[in-house]
Amino acid sequence: MPKVSMTVNGETVSGDVEGRTLLVQFLREHLGLTGTHVGCDTAQCGACVVHVNGDSVKSCNVFAAALDGASVTTIEGMANADGTLGVVQQAFQDHHGLQCGFCTPGMVMTAADLLKRNPNPTEAEVRAYLEGNICRCTGYHNIVKAIMAAAANMSGAKVAAE
Amino acid sequence: MAKDSGIGASIKRREDVRFLTGAGNYTDDISIPGQLYCFFLRSTVAHGKLNGVDTAAAAKMPGVVRIFTGKDFEAVGGLPCGWLITSRDGTPMKEPKHPILASGKVRHVGDPIAAVVARSLAEARDAAEAIEVDIEELPAVIDMKAAVSGSAASVHDEAPDNICYDWGFVEENRDAVDAAIKGAHHVTTLDLTNQRLVANPMEPRVAVGDYNRASGESTLYTTSQNPHVIRLLMGAFVLGIPEHKLRVVAPDVGGGFGSKIFHYAEEAFCTFAAKAIGKPVKWTSDRSEAFLSDAQGRDHVTKIELALDQNGKFLAIRTNTLANMGAYLSTFSTSVPTWLHGTLMAGNYTTPLIYCNVKAVFTNTVPVDAYRGAGRPEATFQLERVIDKAAREMGIDPIELRRRNFVPADAFPYQTPVAVQYDVGNYQATMDKIVELADVAGFPARRAESAARGKLRGLGVNAYIEACGIAPSQLVGQLGARAGLYESATVRVNAAGGIVVMTGSHSHGQGHETTFPQVIAEMFGVSEDMVDIVHGDSARTPMGMGTYGSRSIAVGGSAMVRAAEKIISKAKKIASHLMEASAEDVEFKNGVFSVAGTDKTIDFASVALAAYVPHNYPLDQIEPGLEETAFYDPSNFTYPAGAYACEVEVDPETGVVEVKSFAAADDFGNVINPMIVEGQVHGGLAQGIGQALRENTVYGADGQLLTGSFMDYAMPRADDMPMFTVDHSCQTPCSHNPLGVKGCGEAGAIGSPPAVVNAVLDALNSGGIKVDHIDMPVSPARVWDAIQAAQH
Ligand code: FES
Ligand code: FES
Repeated sequence: MPKVSMTVNGETVSGDVEGRTLLVQFLREHLGLTGTHVGCDTAQCGACVVHVNGDSVKSCNVFAAALDGASVTTIEGMANADGTLGVVQQAFQDHHGLQCGFCTPGMVMTAADLLKRNPNPTEAEVRAYLEGNICRCTGYHNIVKAIMAAAANMSGAKVAAE
Repeated sequence: MAKDSGIGASIKRREDVRFLTGAGNYTDDISIPGQLYCFFLRSTVAHGKLNGVDTAAAAKMPGVVRIFTGKDFEAVGGLPCGWLITSRDGTPMKEPKHPILASGKVRHVGDPIAAVVARSLAEARDAAEAIEVDIEELPAVIDMKAAVSGSAASVHDEAPDNICYDWGFVEENRDAVDAAIKGAHHVTTLDLTNQRLVANPMEPRVAVGDYNRASGESTLYTTSQNPHVIRLLMGAFVLGIPEHKLRVVAPDVGGGFGSKIFHYAEEAFCTFAAKAIGKPVKWTSDRSEAFLSDAQGRDHVTKIELALDQNGKFLAIRTNTLANMGAYLSTFSTSVPTWLHGTLMAGNYTTPLIYCNVKAVFTNTVPVDAYRGAGRPEATFQLERVIDKAAREMGIDPIELRRRNFVPADAFPYQTPVAVQYDVGNYQATMDKIVELADVAGFPARRAESAARGKLRGLGVNAYIEACGIAPSQLVGQLGARAGLYESATVRVNAAGGIVVMTGSHSHGQGHETTFPQVIAEMFGVSEDMVDIVHGDSARTPMGMGTYGSRSIAVGGSAMVRAAEKIISKAKKIASHLMEASAEDVEFKNGVFSVAGTDKTIDFASVALAAYVPHNYPLDQIEPGLEETAFYDPSNFTYPAGAYACEVEVDPETGVVEVKSFAAADDFGNVINPMIVEGQVHGGLAQGIGQALRENTVYGADGQLLTGSFMDYAMPRADDMPMFTVDHSCQTPCSHNPLGVKGCGEAGAIGSPPAVVNAVLDALNSGGIKVDHIDMPVSPARVWDAIQAAQH
């Protein structure tokens, strides 16, 4: 079995995996990081999105063995250092951007990725970027609101810091 | 100023913190040391004789612990159906056995044939491939009309004509309805299909069975909306495990929408296998498997006739429906096209005569059961579509036609001709509100603006009503329900004043952990932080019926209020003793007990402490402790109602429909947390708009599911949806429950499909393209076909 080591949420981890072990299985079953979810088997739903070397990736669609040396961030790594919710997470709570919470980790990771690339997206840009993330509960209304609010809060925070 | 605590406050959800940090505890997150994994080998043919299952080679594969087939389950019960329907001729419905693993025959693609339990999922899956199955294929029965034509094969020997029941409602009205339709000034007829949908909560189903050899107790962790119901059905009817030896836990559940109400074979299997093997057994559905094994929704084919007089007054309604049951009867399947459907055919209107005939049909497809709205969307769609068609035929404005027929605000309580009695309502008010919210007056200008861009703009406005808060137990018992439909709650006040509510309701996205404490905070005058909710565990909550049919706050909330009232009444007695006053003089307000006309007070926490440290306590009159349980059985359904408006733009060149705006004016009675209520409406609207424009479940003639993944089944995505305008300010509080609440979970999915379809037809007809009806989903291809047909 190939041995793989990577950095997950800032910690170095390693494990023996089968060639067919997916990143999401490595995270959930080997590392016990069950915040990343599996909602489909055709790479359509986005419940499994994590960041790999800074890019959002569907963790159901990559093999763990292929990610030796990579740096991975999951939903468990998104809170602030003091344990409070990060800006995107907080906006989801403030705007009721989640109901059952199952799509939420993927939504938060995708939203964070969007805001890194496009700090001031329009509503249409937010909706387009969520193309690969399905939510069955919220009708997307409050997810879109939350992401727009997070963008506003982030640029507000930047202005305040400058 | 907006409230920041108690009933009516939009406080943020406490459960969000765990979901946003990856700390949720969904069933698949549960792993028990030593657990084994299960994989189901499922039928790849829709209908066939199962001549043999040879597991010898597979059993020798690495990691395999044991393989089960239908033979292992011959001695246990089938999955029960919870509602007995009686046919017009007085005979009971046909109720063939629904085995845990197929035996004798396979009846749909996905029917489980064998289950492999192995050390890892990969090994179980590999071994399943080595099982040899001998199936002699039989003709597949897929199309409902063909199924009942007399020349189709039989899905079950018990129902040679494939008819489960032939139900008439209200049977005594049949001749009067026929006569009214015959003599009417105008009759509008519509044939329509309410297509089959897949609920698709984002969390697939999971079951983990565990058996404790020391205590003899079985535990099932499962993705359920109602763990007590699963315990009852599985324990008493399938596996024969006494309730005190069976615990069912439904932890965080990632959405249900009805599909996680039912008792499924996989749950019973994992519980059974864990005991048989002596190790925990886990099954996790993947999405493809969910498409073949989760009960699906809707699937009605209906002809509706509406008779009107020359002024547009509704005189009579007659419907004929074929309702697909699929291959077996799922838990509540039989009640959906009957008591959850026929009873809603009066809608918001005064139609005096109604008759519905429903034939339930067995086919070689996945079983069909309740999906968000369950029967009520089908009723609303028929009614609100046929009214729009009648309006067009008679040249009456569709909003005006509805207004002429609304039950007047002063006519409540209103007895419909279809058994139910609406307690309160004001349909003109929600119609007024939607006309304002949707800026109906400004529509012609928007239509002209669209026309300038070569687009056809349409407006659809309709009303809806639903019956929620299921249900008065005696009434539904007379109608065939095999269980009571009360709810329960225990309120425990701890010695230091902290409060725990144990409820039979279950939250799988609805936010009970936030809203239920708001009610207690209001009643006890304490902060929400002092209140915790326990739900989803049969060992920690009193027997309760769970969450579906928008019943949690109306029935579960009422049980909680009743238990809290008992607490207050007892606490008053304790307070009166402590303050040396008579109990009648003690008042309780904002968390403080006081004696009328004096300055004597004592706070809630001190009374709680006295209840558990009874040194100065009326022990001769009342027991120590401060914990009460209540079971609440509603005296009627609740009737949320409202009006919805959809505006679409149709591209006549391509048939593409774009939803430009959607507005909802709902009357939910009193509202506990407006933010959460609005979120529920948003989600319902997306499912209704998804049904209207995108979602469809398609079987080939051979019974293969052609839409078996998210690649083929068109789930609504973010860029298909507009921002919604929702309003719940029109409130006629429910008259018969203590909170005056009606429920809000299903309204969006019930009221929205006709608004979308009516808007599309309005757009086409406004452009001179005469189209009477397009079946859902109103896809670009179907719109384009309709345009071509109308023009040639
Ligand atoms: S689980 Fe990865 S996209 Fe659905
Ligand atoms: S919150 Fe339930 S799927 Fe998005």
